[in-house]
Amino acid sequence: MIQINGQPAPDAIGQTLAAYLANAGYTPAFVAVEKDGVIVPRSQYAETVLSDGDTIEIVQFVGGG
Amino acid sequence: MQLSLNGQATQTNARSLFALVPEHTDRVVILNGFQTAEDLPLSDGDCVTVIEKGVFPPTDVLESMMAARHTPGVFEKVKAARVGIAGLGGLGSHIAFALARTGVGHLHLVDFDVVEPSNLNRQCYRISDLGKPKTQALAEQLRTVNPYLTITTDLVRVTAQNAATLFAQDPIVCEAFDAPAAKATLIDAILTACPDTILVAASGMAGFGSCNTIKTRRITDHFYLCGDGETAAEAGCGLMAPRVSVCAGHQANMILRLIVGEDTP
Repeated sequence: MIQINGQPAPDAIGQTLAAYLANAGYTPAFVAVEKDGVIVPRSQYAETVLSDGDTIEIVQFVGGG
Repeated sequence: MQLSLNGQATQTNARSLFALVPEHTDRVVILNGFQTAEDLPLSDGDCVTVIEKGVFPPTDVLESMMAARHTPGVFEKVKAARVGIAGLGGLGSHIAFALARTGVGHLHLVDFDVVEPSNLNRQCYRISDLGKPKTQALAEQLRTVNPYLTITTDLVRVTAQNAATLFAQDPIVCEAFDAPAAKATLIDAILTACPDTILVAASGMAGFGSCNTIKTRRITDHFYLCGDGETAAEAGCGLMAPRVSVCAGHQANMILRLIVGEDTP
């Protein structure tokens, strides 16, 4: 099973992180992605393939400060 | 027994506060971080601060008096710490004040902008600061509340290209930008290039919704996130001092916790 933001996401298996973000409606420039306890560098979104067993958290930044 | 009296190692036979320092209404007495008017018993190793109200203290004891309400053991750790603050707006200016008052020994302040009137509804600047670079205005104010700090400033816009170099000397970096792209870019640049750096960021503190939704979360070993996670500054939803400063307090307290060795949010 793959978990994204605490929810099972079986449809994400096999997608690249870049494709998943685009399909889920995220703006990649506004997010940070944690995969199995480590931040995924933005430069690796296109080559990071989501796999069974992954735990992913997508942090979406909103404006304000 | 030996105790610390106004920062100086002192031998005494006094067994209680009033034996050490006679009671007086114009005198503030602080024992191990706790201000008291009681004749509390003394123990070896205690830290006692005695402040005469209205009397400007000697320079060599002022710093220990300023830290007298700290929890014991905190002052030495924060004094040795260094923190970088990226963005000196509503978050960064409040964070800097909190850390300066706590005595964080080295603050590295980074911002490219100058103070303008719309900043004053939530940022720690004054009318007399209008037009000044925020780095300069904030450093001036911080020195008036804590002259014992080392403050370094960089008047520059942080980018994906310069971030890792700019903050290379800062073991803890605080993300305090306004724009979401700038926030995400800093996280990517620092956490990718500086694997030992701990980053404390913020997202979601606009409006006047309940402050109880603002939290500190640990995303990874090196990445903490404060805020409600969703309330964006946008047309129709402004940014105001109360929630922004609550979020800044979350960030500053997480930084303090990291400095004293606590890593849970």
